[in-house]
Amino acid sequence: MSIEFIYPEFEVIRNADRCISCRACERQCANEAHSYDEKLKIMKCDDSKCVNCQRCVSFCPVRALKIIKSNCTLCGNANWPAQTMKEIYKQANSGGVLLSSMGNPKPLPVYWDKILINASQVTNPSIDPLREPMETRVYLGKKPSKVQRAKDGTLDCSLPPQLELSMPVMFSAMSYGSISYNAHKSLALAAAELGILYNTGEGGLHEDFYRYGKNTIVQVASGRFGVHADYLEAGAAIEIKIGQGAKPGIGGHLPGAKIIGDISRTRMIPEGSDAISPAPHHDIYSIEDLRQLVFSLKEASEYKKPVIVKVAAVHNIAAIASGVARSGADIIAIDGFRGGTGAAPTRIRDHVGIPIELALAAVDQRLRDEGIRNNVSLIAGGSIRSAADVVKAIALGADACYIATAALLALGCHLCHTCHSGKCSWGIATQRPELVKRLDPAIGSKRLVNLMTAWKHEIKELMGGMGINSIEALRGNRLMLRGIGLTEKELEILDISHAGE
Amino acid sequence: MQVIDAANLDYRAVNEALRNAETDYIIKNCCGQRFIAAGMSHKNLTIEGIPGNALGAYLNNANITVNANAQDAVGDTMNEGKILIRGNIGDAAGYAMRGGKIYVQGNAGYRAGIHMKAYREKFPVMIIGGSAGSFLGEYQAGGVIIVLGLHNDNKRIVGNFPCTGMHGGKMFLRGCCDDIRFPKQVTARRAAPEELDEIREYLSEYCSDLGYSAATLLSEPFTVITPDSKNPYKQMYAAN
Amino acid sequence: MKIEGQVRIPSGCAISAVISKAGNKMSGEMITNSMKPMHDRSNGLGGGFAGYGIYPEYKDFYALHVFFDSRSTRKECETFLKERFEIVQSEIIPTRKIPAITDEPVIWRYFAAPLKSVLMSLQLEEKEFVAKTVIKINAEMPGAYVFSSGKNMGAFKAVGFPEDVGVFYRLEEYEGYSWTAHGRYPTNTPGWWGGAHPFTLLDYSIVHNGEISSYDANRRFIEMFGYKCTLQTDTEVITYIMDYLLRIQGLTLEEAASVIAAPFWSTIASKTDCEDRRKLTYLRTMFPSLLITGPFSVILGFEGGLMALNDRLKLRSMVVGEKEDKVFIASEEAAIRTMEPNVQNVWSPAGGEPVIVKVKEGAFS
Repeated sequence: MSIEFIYPEFEVIRNADRCISCRACERQCANEAHSYDEKLKIMKCDDSKCVNCQRCVSFCPVRALKIIKSNCTLCGNANWPAQTMKEIYKQANSGGVLLSSMGNPKPLPVYWDKILINASQVTNPSIDPLREPMETRVYLGKKPSKVQRAKDGTLDCSLPPQLELSMPVMFSAMSYGSISYNAHKSLALAAAELGILYNTGEGGLHEDFYRYGKNTIVQVASGRFGVHADYLEAGAAIEIKIGQGAKPGIGGHLPGAKIIGDISRTRMIPEGSDAISPAPHHDIYSIEDLRQLVFSLKEASEYKKPVIVKVAAVHNIAAIASGVARSGADIIAIDGFRGGTGAAPTRIRDHVGIPIELALAAVDQRLRDEGIRNNVSLIAGGSIRSAADVVKAIALGADACYIATAALLALGCHLCHTCHSGKCSWGIATQRPELVKRLDPAIGSKRLVNLMTAWKHEIKELMGGMGINSIEALRGNRLMLRGIGLTEKELEILDISHAGE
Repeated sequence: MQVIDAANLDYRAVNEALRNAETDYIIKNCCGQRFIAAGMSHKNLTIEGIPGNALGAYLNNANITVNANAQDAVGDTMNEGKILIRGNIGDAAGYAMRGGKIYVQGNAGYRAGIHMKAYREKFPVMIIGGSAGSFLGEYQAGGVIIVLGLHNDNKRIVGNFPCTGMHGGKMFLRGCCDDIRFPKQVTARRAAPEELDEIREYLSEYCSDLGYSAATLLSEPFTVITPDSKNPYKQMYAAN
Repeated sequence: MKIEGQVRIPSGCAISAVISKAGNKMSGEMITNSMKPMHDRSNGLGGGFAGYGIYPEYKDFYALHVFFDSRSTRKECETFLKERFEIVQSEIIPTRKIPAITDEPVIWRYFAAPLKSVLMSLQLEEKEFVAKTVIKINAEMPGAYVFSSGKNMGAFKAVGFPEDVGVFYRLEEYEGYSWTAHGRYPTNTPGWWGGAHPFTLLDYSIVHNGEISSYDANRRFIEMFGYKCTLQTDTEVITYIMDYLLRIQGLTLEEAASVIAAPFWSTIASKTDCEDRRKLTYLRTMFPSLLITGPFSVILGFEGGLMALNDRLKLRSMVVGEKEDKVFIASEEAAIRTMEPNVQNVWSPAGGEPVIVKVKEGAFS
């Protein structure tokens, strides 16, 4: 070993009494941490290769394995935690920008966990959600400011295009390329069964999935991969991706090595060519240019589909959203700084952007102050982890939520934060055929449907407790929320009272 | 027969008078006094005028006849006895009643028979002569609810969402009920003759009370609704 | 303790109303008495009435009923009003001293018309101007509170039991073609007169029973359009919603009812009339934030009519009855029987089913 050595982060503990040397762990580990010693007839393990994806643990037939965090202790101190020291070593070893995956792991405030939900007692009744009618359907899209009538007085019932969702949750953008064919298929199947939508991300739409079009949001990002007339026509809505919560202000890069076969075809770029998403859209250098892109997409899709503009939650998000709301967009998606990613520079992921809770509260209020809240629907994403988070987001003012990390967890992801390696043992963030096939779309979609069904019941339970039987009456209903352990300023931004008030 | 004039009495005074009254009595000029005969036993009471909410709440085995409409929550948590209404009743009639009978000549409001339940020898029966409002038999757990749809001018015999959360007991609706949507966890079907036998006795009593012919009523088909399971919501939960 | 407006106070209640379809006048005595059998639905912390057709001699002027906390506030407010209105009559609202009603504020009324020159310079339609002025006074002038602002109608309210409030305001001396009444059961003791019902704006008045669970969703939406919910009561927000839907958006009463008590999606889907289905879907999609959930029964009073409406689950009781030219509406049938012992066709409207009663065209003044 040498100065470059960093002690492995995880240790694989094998219970020798239980191990039957069946080599299942060896077969399951995409990182080749496990091996079989033919001579000694025992299983061995190279901890340095372990990313703690838990695949071997899950598939060991005799429960002989567990993975623990290594307790090899760097000296460090409060100012120099071990993680920071290791990052220094890695950079000194390599000269590289640190790269990470999934969402911000730092112990920054999670406001969802500091917000409490109301329930009815006496003055109005709670409602039994599992038996009484309880409505979670939402329509996303612009609502006109004035009712129109024909000459004879009959109502003109036409509305700008609306997305109908059976519940206010959708699967957020994850491109084909960053995740696998089978992961995409699982999402598409589940969205169709649930009556919600999934999002192609910026990697185009695989030809096999055009049939799920009415449950699909097609994304247009700065790289414009796979964007063509049929693609725009295929989805129920078009999303312009300006930014992503995990890496605001940063583009993307799918290495040429991954641009093969289907992915090349779907992205409409040659095999082996790097897929670079520039940091900005190079036709949008100012807010009026956004209007141009919004309307070019509307024109191309004959005004039949709502246009979503997705922005990362950054400091000036309220003003940005106000500009977007006036740009002709039908829906604004705001992505908080805890949102996940297939790959992002660590410093960006961990230090740029603001929490979705504060961004959402600020945007919703700003749009109301300006009287334009009805111009757009709001989608909140960037770490929605449970039905309770959804309910809090809706009460703060969101029309719907985007989830991605939670959906990946349902598909088997164990949050090992190494999507960028392309060696996802669970067949999600990988393009290696032998790994991709581990994710059976029938099972994957079933698990997603289970998750959403459970959340829907939980949302109904929470709503019922508040005496609300339709999600519309929860939206922006901040009186249903109270803060706990928050400062005056935080309460002011969230526009909620403290518990006990 | 003792007469209590309720004209200028509040409900406490009315009930006080009842407690001290003989077995048979009549309340005249009733207008909105609540809780009449609450928890009482061994009385035969006739009411002239409109009794207030929660008439006969926790009723033990008294008999109450109302010669007009009644308001909300008639027979709330009734245990035994009989309430006969020669008019309409308001909402949430017979809430959680576990025994006794509520016979209504006219229509019922929302949530009639909500959470009605049977226990040992107790078996609650509610008969509604006209039509019932929405959420009829919500959470019904036992007993029987019968709706006859008399004099309802071709309106639907029940409102929306009948049998929501029903998990016990039976409901009989006169007619075919093709236009009524029932929740998934119950089965609605044409009542077989032996099922009608279960309610024949009650219908006869109802008819003799109110001057109808049981034979005529039974000449039309009845739809019977029963829950499929006693705990239909179990699968919604996962241990955590 | 915080008063209403600084804090939201949930409350339960009793409501009652009567209207003559022929436009025949009734004194306020009958409606006052109707509240007696429902005494237990109030707790003495608020009662009130609205009468329509009560000011025929001033029918072309806005009748502004105002509470003032002091004489100086009144002077200040009058100065403000005079810059904007021609005031043809200014007087104390006559009351009767009774032990049950105490601590009354200064209660004044003005019959006024907006100055044409002001309307011209602001380019505002007359009603919009009056509404804005009322909202401005209530939101920005401490100690002054306009509690009635329609033409040929008036609200009368106080802290007390409704039957006492009617006596206090000498309602037997007024004659109207329609009356609404309210008895309040707030869950706090703000002791403030403005918080009683009816709540009014222009000729719209609302009496309401129940606590809605959608309040803040409704409030935060309606405040986008210039309304200020200074009292934080359900009744106030419902009044503004009705004003917005009826006056600003031009919906019919039935359409407005389909917004605030929208049928369930499953109920809409089961409608056989496809035009009906389209319309209901449209209204619900167009105004999702104006759906009111939780229990309510409301009576909306307006010039020439009444509309009664229950929430879509019908979590509050409401009964309607008729006799000759009159229609009666109340939380309990006993209240109706007090007004008309021989009332006919007593029925309970279904949840979300509006009961709209209009006075024959030309019969009200």
